[in-house]
Amino acid sequence: MIKISEELFAKIKENVIKGRRNEKDEDLEGGSVGEPGVKELIEEALEGGIEPKRLIECINDAMVTVGKKFETGEYFVPDMLASAEAVSVGMDVLEPQLSKGGIKKEKFVVATVEGDIHDIGKNIFAMMLKGAGFDVIDLGTDVSADEIVKTVKNEDAEIVGIGLSALLTTTMENMGVVIEKLREEKLEKEVLVGGVAVSNEYADKICAIYCADAFEGVDKAKELAKKRG
Amino acid sequence: MRKGVLVKPYERLEKAQIEKIHEASLSILRDPGIISYNREAAEIFADNGAEISSNNGYWRISIPEGLIEESVKHAPSVVKLGAREKENSLVLDGKEPRVRFGTGSEANVILDMDVEDFVSEKSGIERRFPVFQRRRGTVKDLCQSAHLCELLENVDFFLRNVNIQDDDITDDNKDVNKFYASLNNTTKHVMAGLTNLEKLDDVIRMAELVSGGRKEPIISFIACVTKSPLQFIKESTQNLIEMTKRNYPVVISVSPQGGSTAPIQEAGTVAQQNAEILAGVVLSQLVREGAPVLYGSNPLRVRMDNLDNMYGAPETNQYYIGGVQMARFYGIPCYSAAGVGDSKFPGIEATAEKMMSHLFSSLSGAQYVHYAFGLLEGTNTLSFEQLVLDDLHVGFCKSMLRGQRIEEELRDSLEDIREVMGTSHKMFTRYARKYLRAGEVIPFYPFDGDANETLIKARERKGDLLAAPVEEIPGDIKKGVFQEFDVLERIR
Repeated sequence: MIKISEELFAKIKENVIKGRRNEKDEDLEGGSVGEPGVKELIEEALEGGIEPKRLIECINDAMVTVGKKFETGEYFVPDMLASAEAVSVGMDVLEPQLSKGGIKKEKFVVATVEGDIHDIGKNIFAMMLKGAGFDVIDLGTDVSADEIVKTVKNEDAEIVGIGLSALLTTTMENMGVVIEKLREEKLEKEVLVGGVAVSNEYADKICAIYCADAFEGVDKAKELAKKRG
Repeated sequence: MRKGVLVKPYERLEKAQIEKIHEASLSILRDPGIISYNREAAEIFADNGAEISSNNGYWRISIPEGLIEESVKHAPSVVKLGAREKENSLVLDGKEPRVRFGTGSEANVILDMDVEDFVSEKSGIERRFPVFQRRRGTVKDLCQSAHLCELLENVDFFLRNVNIQDDDITDDNKDVNKFYASLNNTTKHVMAGLTNLEKLDDVIRMAELVSGGRKEPIISFIACVTKSPLQFIKESTQNLIEMTKRNYPVVISVSPQGGSTAPIQEAGTVAQQNAEILAGVVLSQLVREGAPVLYGSNPLRVRMDNLDNMYGAPETNQYYIGGVQMARFYGIPCYSAAGVGDSKFPGIEATAEKMMSHLFSSLSGAQYVHYAFGLLEGTNTLSFEQLVLDDLHVGFCKSMLRGQRIEEELRDSLEDIREVMGTSHKMFTRYARKYLRAGEVIPFYPFDGDANETLIKARERKGDLLAAPVEEIPGDIKKGVFQEFDVLERIR
């Protein structure tokens, strides 16, 4: 049993690093199709009675390796995102077990603000957040301040933070509106802001946390989760 | 074997226009004919039915059409060029528009680049800037250049690109040393012209020692047979005759200058150049039927302010394309040119000028594109930093020109599109990975920055490459070479 689980952990790790969500996926070079991916391997592990907590550790371990490969230039953004997606699929499989065990994933709300339909950055941020183990509530694009506030109110207890994105200087101002409304409703949540139009100065002005890109956003989200303990 | 990139060629000239140029070239070779300062060449033409008139120190040759058409048929379509490393050998097929790039010229000047820190007197801002220094090329530079070109993936062959001007280099030891410096530092095919014809057999013997008896020659030669307009030079014509006798591949290289030594009109320069090259091809085939030759098209336009060469002129590119199309018409592999900058410094102007000809020469389907790396100030200066940049940009051209795979890609893409539309993020990044890993996609511009930063990054890359060990000629073979030939101690 110990030997089997070790082999399984190694395979899960390998497939996270290769960014393979399931058996249909290709690896980095276009191979491995038909071999079990993260989804099938996690299912097998759960059936074999392996604790979800240990599987999460294994996934996190793999993502550390992916992060290192990215830093050294061996991995590019597509590799990073593929791995994050594989983790996200793995977490979905684990979800029922985690809930049963009373383990709750930390939530993050993300949205492109009202008037803006640009969402590449927001989507990358969401993918990376899922890969980091967050439960992401993606409200999409052109989202009104009221809708964001409503969502935060409903899910309040588990929400770690809110990520807002805007590409246009004209729609960027709506980030300030969201924050004002959150304060009016006494919702003391940290807000991460990013997007081409946004600057550090603007973030300071509206009392938000500036993120230069999706990757910095994920690092800051992790810090927020840590602070929350 | 280095396969090159098979292109669907850009045909600027229609078939009927090519035939008209061919006829014009035949007509030029009949009248006014070609002037030869070389007696043997004149005699060979006379023995084969050409009309010869003798003048003071030269002969005027009027070549009949039939002789030209008959001789050109004998020039082989396929020329095989070997290399120290078999994987680097080339098979040039004059009928197949498969493009390869290499270095060229025999640059007199090396442009050294250093990086220095400067502080603005006005604002106090600190910046790093490249500083340049010109100096005469040496045999060590040639070694370094060959080493760099060995490691740069887009360089398909090495044409010695430094004129070695060390104090101890003489007419007697220049040929052996330039070939040795090249062969010892690259395993790619090596080509050069000859300084002293008496050394031809030495160079061939040395190359044969190095190649270990490989069938395809690991070196080949350039003979700049004519001086434009239409004059066979005494020495270089003799070079062609002797190299041909030994059955070594030779480029019959001509370089008419539109506006000075050739008509400025595209049709005029292409027709004159074609006549000059055909005269050389005929001579080679009369010396030895079936001798391997390349159609050496090297035309350019001149500047109107000082009649200097203007490689970056749009017309230069028109002449290039004309040359490539004429070579293909005869089915003779084309040695063409690309990538010469008129700029004296590496960077923006040089790259703009180079990219235009890199693209057009490759688009036209030339089999053997020389000059493509590192040249500045026409062909007079070589910059290693620019050489590194050119390697990347030639890589861009190669990527752009690679064959399409519509059916296979549509099959994949349709699946991907359906898959991605089912996700919340709607990103295709995952499917880019295998193309990235297969080396088909250049991930980003690696020398990103302002003009100065780009050069500084290129210099760093050069340093990294030159830090790698050289794949030298094996020791036992070297020993044999040194026993027979005077190779300078410092490059052994």
